[in-house]
Amino acid sequence: MAKSQEQLQQTRSATSLIYDPKFRSIAFQILLLVGLVVFGWWIVNNTITNLQAQNKTTGFDFLGITSGFNIGFTLIEYDRSSTYFDVFVVGILNTLLVAVIGIILATLLGFTIGIARLSNNWIIARLATVYIEVIRNIPLLLQLFFWYFAVLKTMPAVKDSIEFVTGSVYLNNRGLYVPDPNPNDAFVWVQVAIVAVIIGGFFLHRWARIRQEQTGQRFPFVPVFIASVIVIPAIIWLLSGARIDLDYPILGRFNFAGGIQIPPEFVALLFGLVIYTAAFIAETVRAGILAVNTGQTEAAQSLGLKNSDRLNLVIIPQAMRVIVPPLTSQYLNLTKNSSLAVAIGYPDIVNVFMGTALNQSGKAVEVIFMTMMVYLTLSLFTSVIMNIYNARVALTER
Amino acid sequence: MKKQLVTLALGAALGLSASAAFADTLADVQAKGYLQCGVSPSTPGFAAPDANNNWAGLDVDFCRAMAAAIFDDPQAVRFTPLTSKERFTALSSGEIDVLSRTTTWTMSRDTNLGIDFAGVTFYDGQGFMVRKDLGVSSATELSGAAICIEAGTTTELNAADYFSSTGMEYNAVVFEDQDEVVKAYDDGRCDVFTTDSSALAAERLSLANPDENMILPEIISKEPLGPSVRQGDDLWFNITRWVYFALLESEELGITQANVDDMLGSDNPGVRRVLGVEGDFGTAIGLSNDWAYKVIKHVGNYNDIYERHVGANTPVGIERAGSVNDLWTRGGLMYAPPIR
Repeated sequence: MAKSQEQLQQTRSATSLIYDPKFRSIAFQILLLVGLVVFGWWIVNNTITNLQAQNKTTGFDFLGITSGFNIGFTLIEYDRSSTYFDVFVVGILNTLLVAVIGIILATLLGFTIGIARLSNNWIIARLATVYIEVIRNIPLLLQLFFWYFAVLKTMPAVKDSIEFVTGSVYLNNRGLYVPDPNPNDAFVWVQVAIVAVIIGGFFLHRWARIRQEQTGQRFPFVPVFIASVIVIPAIIWLLSGARIDLDYPILGRFNFAGGIQIPPEFVALLFGLVIYTAAFIAETVRAGILAVNTGQTEAAQSLGLKNSDRLNLVIIPQAMRVIVPPLTSQYLNLTKNSSLAVAIGYPDIVNVFMGTALNQSGKAVEVIFMTMMVYLTLSLFTSVIMNIYNARVALTER
Repeated sequence: MKKQLVTLALGAALGLSASAAFADTLADVQAKGYLQCGVSPSTPGFAAPDANNNWAGLDVDFCRAMAAAIFDDPQAVRFTPLTSKERFTALSSGEIDVLSRTTTWTMSRDTNLGIDFAGVTFYDGQGFMVRKDLGVSSATELSGAAICIEAGTTTELNAADYFSSTGMEYNAVVFEDQDEVVKAYDDGRCDVFTTDSSALAAERLSLANPDENMILPEIISKEPLGPSVRQGDDLWFNITRWVYFALLESEELGITQANVDDMLGSDNPGVRRVLGVEGDFGTAIGLSNDWAYKVIKHVGNYNDIYERHVGANTPVGIERAGSVNDLWTRGGLMYAPPIR
């Protein structure tokens, strides 16, 4: 009798434990965690075992070994005696170069097209629509090929280069050659002046805002700031004796030597990425502006705000709340799409590191892991910056 | 209960453990009924689709020879076109059974990548092609030139070595795909196109104006090209290697595709051994005793293959007599250990 009662109690407690929501949620969490850990361990173990079975050496020691190959376009000193780690750095820098310039240009072009699509001018609005619909609906890879081979085919050979400013800027099918500026030591004062003016401008802007809040008087900040950014460093330049010596490109037997060479691969990739991404940004911008209620415009007008103030103070701040999150993902897309560079021979990280370095060193797992980490880091970094900006423009509820 | 589940999960994971790595390639190949062979996407003379859209070339025929030895059917091959960058991963991951893709045998590849080279089917060397109107007659005049190169090749490394050792500079323009390299050179993106000299001869024909281009006399490297297999499967390695040797041995003994049936009745013990009439050389490599007969019957000996795809009478037109690719008996480097 006592025994059966005990049994009954046990069953009840077991049953209640299974049906206890708190216990269940914790138990399933632990179960999921254990499952994930085991799965991760299995993947790693399987990889190591298989690599050993294939008699492959593993590890990151190869990064210190001489790479033995050349790269056509590098931002740092690099030659065949550099290491695989240098290849990694060259690749990252080349990817960053095209991504950063691409993001800036795509934003400018995208905002322009997006606003143009809302224009009252029928032709401008239709042209923007055609641009967006054509560009958005053709695969980026095809566009890159188009730009690359269009750029190459239409450019003249080295001997018939187009000369822009006599003896300094040349354009041919090997790229654009411009003089390489070599500032002398005194030039550092000009740089200091530029930084000082920008910091000063920050304080000036604060002072102007506070004064306007107190007295209602407006200060023409933008023209004053632009003028001082140009004028003050220019005066310092003249006074300090700073000088920029230009290293001009000179035609050798085959190619131009000296100066800076901007290869057609870079131009084609930049064109392709900017034009493609701008189409998406344009739609984002249009959506953001349309999301602002027309009542806001009417309210601003009835307050007597100038057109520019209406845009800057009322419409754009509200539109940005809608624009920023999808804009972030367009920036991420542009960065990741730059990996298509491999198709047209621009030496980005996928081309030189995941391509050539992987092949020459044979360290597939390590190289691909490192490359993925680079894109992950770049993407997360972009996201963090854009999230900070988004927090600033987001609706603050009081 | 929790504990039990953890034990269960761990047990399941251990049960899965690491998947076994390609132990017996011959059994796998026989089970699926065909050989998976990695070739180059388009290198005339070595691997390229012919007029009837069938794969043809020296590298292709090596795979057909292996298929003939295993299945008595040279068509029991499926070809995987691979770029230079993809090839080793494709082999070591098991996507292909043998890599026969104008691949240079180097120490680092042989020892570092988990692959083994079975032999040299073509002794090549790296050369340069330029447009005639540049007025260049030697590679020593190429300082400052832009050079089109295929990514992930020994070519890329040799060019860097050559230019640094001669104190010259160059601008590397690197593409993933040989077709793009050729197109970029043809479009004037580069002054120079460099690759193995056999491929230069073949690719010159695909340019818009072949006659306006010339190959410079310098050969700057050794490029022994040959088939490779995964390390760790000795039987499969032996099959690959001895199919290759059989191609050379049969040529040396005068057995050709045309006379192989007559040769079955030969009195020469060497010939009888190769063709499986005498002795037992098939069992040890897991094949029938007449494996070499099947190879020669279906594909021919090395000379048959060479003359069919890259010899003087082909568009590629590389004279064999007197070259390093001739048999050792005629002063070349092609030499096979005896089949006995």
